[in-house]
Amino acid sequence: MKPPPFDYHRAQTQDEAVNTLMNHGSDVRVMAGGQSLMAMLNMRLTQPKILLDISGIPELNYQTESSNYLSFGAGVTQAQALNNARVVNEVPLLGQALPYVGHMQTRNRGTICGSICHADPSSEIPLVLATLGGEIVVRSETGQRIIPIQDFQIGLMTSARRPDELVVSARFPVARPEQRFSFTEIARRHGDFAIVAIASCCDGKTTRIGVGGVADTPAVREWPRLEPDQIDDALNELAWDLGGYDDIHASARYRRELIRKLGRDQIERIQNDQD
Amino acid sequence: MTKIDRGVRYPVSFRLNGESVHGYAENRLLLSDFLRHEVGATGTHVGCEHGICGACTVLVNGLPVRSCLMLAVQVEDCDVQTIEGLAFADGSFNELQSAFNQRFAAQCGYCTPGILMTLQHLKNQNRDFSEEEIRDALGGHICRCTGYREIIDAAMDVMGADSRQTDD
Repeated sequence: MKPPPFDYHRAQTQDEAVNTLMNHGSDVRVMAGGQSLMAMLNMRLTQPKILLDISGIPELNYQTESSNYLSFGAGVTQAQALNNARVVNEVPLLGQALPYVGHMQTRNRGTICGSICHADPSSEIPLVLATLGGEIVVRSETGQRIIPIQDFQIGLMTSARRPDELVVSARFPVARPEQRFSFTEIARRHGDFAIVAIASCCDGKTTRIGVGGVADTPAVREWPRLEPDQIDDALNELAWDLGGYDDIHASARYRRELIRKLGRDQIERIQNDQD
Repeated sequence: MTKIDRGVRYPVSFRLNGESVHGYAENRLLLSDFLRHEVGATGTHVGCEHGICGACTVLVNGLPVRSCLMLAVQVEDCDVQTIEGLAFADGSFNELQSAFNQRFAAQCGYCTPGILMTLQHLKNQNRDFSEEEIRDALGGHICRCTGYREIIDAAMDVMGADSRQTDD
């Protein structure tokens, strides 16, 4: 339960971090808040040659609005985002989800981007970004690329980030006035890994739902028009499509039932909120 | 860029409960182990070592964090507060510690230092808290003796708002 030996690099600038990744690539694990990675190191689930600490890079600590997005630099902690009034007003789904992310003590160090990179299937922040259709910005020595979230999280704890790339920010779409949002989850203890997490969004016409904790990545489904008498069938189909799995926390059947029950509560609530 | 190679004991300086501390740490040494084994401040307890139990919670620059999920070399120049800094200079309990004493909020005492540091962070905000807010903050701590009721009562005695849900 102690980290294995590694070389520790603390970058002061984004360029230093990118340069380290270019030179050492897959030998490096990038650490921002370390609230998942340090636990994995302690359990020796990962044994990187180099631990690259980006938590002290001032230029990555920003929350800015650009075009239709609220952008979070890779240094922004979950607590900083939760304390930002603009998050609650402009990306309300994220504002609703953040209190479910870990505990107050881990949110003080855990970052928005780090949680997305970690790509845990039961994480709330990747689920919110997937449901909203946001983007990830990565940088390497050869330049910058912008990856839509559905192309970023490609599997269980796996992202499309190349070994020489640094995730520099995550872009969350700003809510439009007609949109309503809802987030909820069931966990053994508040702050623990979600057994099932549901994020939903409705703009008066289309209804979109994101489900976390059931498949390897957040599953997002959209219905152009979902009438009240179609909700049960739609969610039942979604539940069977995802299948779920048995583990010590819950059975696959219970997970599917949570999709049906929580999904219905959420969709009805935000559909009715339109009027 | 700061580079610390494996196996090297690297100097670390920070303030612990207001006093300057200098020590040496390998880059992979956890802050919790640094406090206990290098500094000798054994009040901070270590439970799960993966951020779940909350026993090792300390304040870094005023914010409660898990000292098992931080490296000692990361607290360079930081302000760290631990359980050793709560009591008054003459050794008498501060308000929170007294409330814990009054309410029998410590049983085996293993989780107590971490819980007191989280509550001290709330106390430092100089306002009243609802029972729900206190429960939410304590959600990041596990008490294996399950003495939660007494812990919440003690916290409510010190900074509880009128919205108290229990009757005495």
